[in-house]
Amino acid sequence: MVKIKEKTKIAPNIHSCTVEAPDIARKALPGQFVIIIPDEYSERIPMTIADWDAKKGTVTFIFLEIGASTQKLAEFKQGDDLYSFTGPLGKPMEIKKFGTVALVGGCYGIGGIYPVARALKEKGNKIICFSEARSKFMLYWNEKLEEISDEVRYATVDGSLGIKGHAYDDIEENLKAGKKFDRIIAIGCTFMMYRVSEASRPFGIETIVSMNTVMIDGTGMCGACRLVVEGKTKFACVDGPHFNGHKVDWDIILSRRKAYLDEEIISQER
Amino acid sequence: MREQPPGERIKNYDEVPYGYSPEEAIFEAERCLQCKNPKCIEGCPVEIDIKGFIKFIAEKKFKEGVTLLKEKNILPAICGRVCPQEEQCEIKCIVGIKNEPVAIGRLERFLADWERENEEIEIPSIPKSTGKKVAIVGAGPAGITVAADLVRLGHKVDMFEALHQPGGVLVYGIPEFRLPKAIVFKEIDFLKQMGVRLFTDTVIGMIKSVDELLNKYNAVFLGTGAGLPWFLEIPGENLNGIYSANEYLTRANLMKAYLFPKYKTPIIRGKRVATVGGGNIAMDCARTALRLGAEKSIIVYRRSRTEMPARDEEIHHAEEEGIIFKFLSNPAAFHGDKNNWVKEVECVQMKLGEPDDSGRRRPVPIPDANFRMPIDVAVIAIGNSPNPLVPSTTPDIQTGKWGNIITDPKTCKTSKPGVFAGGDVATGAATVISAMGAGKIAARGMHEYLMNET
Repeated sequence: MVKIKEKTKIAPNIHSCTVEAPDIARKALPGQFVIIIPDEYSERIPMTIADWDAKKGTVTFIFLEIGASTQKLAEFKQGDDLYSFTGPLGKPMEIKKFGTVALVGGCYGIGGIYPVARALKEKGNKIICFSEARSKFMLYWNEKLEEISDEVRYATVDGSLGIKGHAYDDIEENLKAGKKFDRIIAIGCTFMMYRVSEASRPFGIETIVSMNTVMIDGTGMCGACRLVVEGKTKFACVDGPHFNGHKVDWDIILSRRKAYLDEEIISQER
Repeated sequence: MREQPPGERIKNYDEVPYGYSPEEAIFEAERCLQCKNPKCIEGCPVEIDIKGFIKFIAEKKFKEGVTLLKEKNILPAICGRVCPQEEQCEIKCIVGIKNEPVAIGRLERFLADWERENEEIEIPSIPKSTGKKVAIVGAGPAGITVAADLVRLGHKVDMFEALHQPGGVLVYGIPEFRLPKAIVFKEIDFLKQMGVRLFTDTVIGMIKSVDELLNKYNAVFLGTGAGLPWFLEIPGENLNGIYSANEYLTRANLMKAYLFPKYKTPIIRGKRVATVGGGNIAMDCARTALRLGAEKSIIVYRRSRTEMPARDEEIHHAEEEGIIFKFLSNPAAFHGDKNNWVKEVECVQMKLGEPDDSGRRRPVPIPDANFRMPIDVAVIAIGNSPNPLVPSTTPDIQTGKWGNIITDPKTCKTSKPGVFAGGDVATGAATVISAMGAGKIAARGMHEYLMNET
């Protein structure tokens, strides 16, 4: 059990949650994740670590209220205990000097790119963050990102901030206009990561995506998170979660993500 | 032993055999010849004084029987249920030459259940502390055996478990109807009462390395168990509705998907479920599918019934429950609908050829004899590799071809000083009792190491 130190609604349906987990805070590296079970009835939910503080012994993650278990999590308040909190899991993101790195974040991934961008900045990279949402009021952590980036570009579907459209459109236009990136990193919904990978593919820029396939144990046992990379079966929990977006079989991932839509409806019935 | 009738039990998740009444147990115990040189004990990987505890049952001294049993086996309620006694102790029973052997496993279970139900569980006295500290990684059958033996020798034992509940495969893998989880937790509580500290949600290799454990502990035991499942690597295997056995059982058991939507982890409840494989885990999956409402639960196995590695009792239970067995059938592809849901499994018809390295007759494909069966869920139960997390984060530990940790079979020592390993992470997928047997050996090896350490 871990105690919630702070929980804030940072956008409609999006929450930031900070918990006391000193051992994890000491070990966490950019790009790793945790598995959370809010209460004994809930699912094991993988969450990208968005921030941590080794001195204070805290770990922060961003979550989207989307299904039964994350709705349960949204009901939790400061001082409540989470039933289970495990991490850090997964291989960390590769952090070294690449040159100019574009980081694309959407949804929970805006928080996800933050510690990666921070670590890459410390290594001397030029950091350009692309933060996207449906509308201006759905964006969060703008100041945090701006503080550690050379440039933050916004994309909103309604055009209320930054370009009108998606971050992958912006990436594509930048690339077509001759802008040079040495690496692209995308964290967020599957479709967004797919589109970023497709946008950069013709330019041959290494594009790293953080796979959020369905997971159960998250420790290399159950095999639920399998995906196909260059024709080989891989497991997001221990081989990933980061993979080269140009080598991932997206069709399989996009269809497997929809496997439990009917069950999600049933678990919403009260 | 009396059992829930097949037609009833496939509608619930309750345990199948009811267990002996005291009268039945005494009657069975009286069949034991009390041999001068009991062969049964030789067959037991944990060297239980079988003759002794059976004598106590025959004399109606159940308490004494339990005490004697627990001297060698701290988890009798589990072993009495899941050990393959027919290949270990019971096969050696002299009574069994002419008649049915004495039902040693059922008697073991009887004593353990009797103790639990009568709430007379006694905590054995623990000797004076040796001052040595041991870390056990993985609270499955191997780890809990080591913990039990070492705590009774006066060592301080901390046990680390990656999942949110202890028990390993006993909890995530073996279904409730074969091993009620309350029994597992009770046996683990017993360890805690003896002074073992349990830390769940702790993934060694990630939150702490083995080297960090060695800074704090005099020795480490790695019992991290099974790892990633093997797949058939055939077309269509990534269609929706296709599970690995580990995922299917973990959803159903650990996450209690059979109680969905009260418990929120979903599982696809197929009407026609094909389980590929012929081991105990395949039987567990096929029987779970029935209880989740399958109209047809089919085992697809590439050899014949004789070659199936599952225990006879498991196959028998599966047959009684109406599981359909498609022998000599090897999946070649899965076919799906336009939404990528599995709809059919295509199999190659096989025949048996010459024996292979395992001594079993090799299945050989019959040309042009492919056939298709309609299904809506498939479970791949063909085994798994050892868990990769500790080996991949402990570069100086020697591993074998399959990523298994290499150990000395006499002591369970690994190539890394102070580190021991046993169970599936060392041997690849095997049985609960072989993991417990390895735990016994490791505990002995570790005790010797700890006492000679300067």
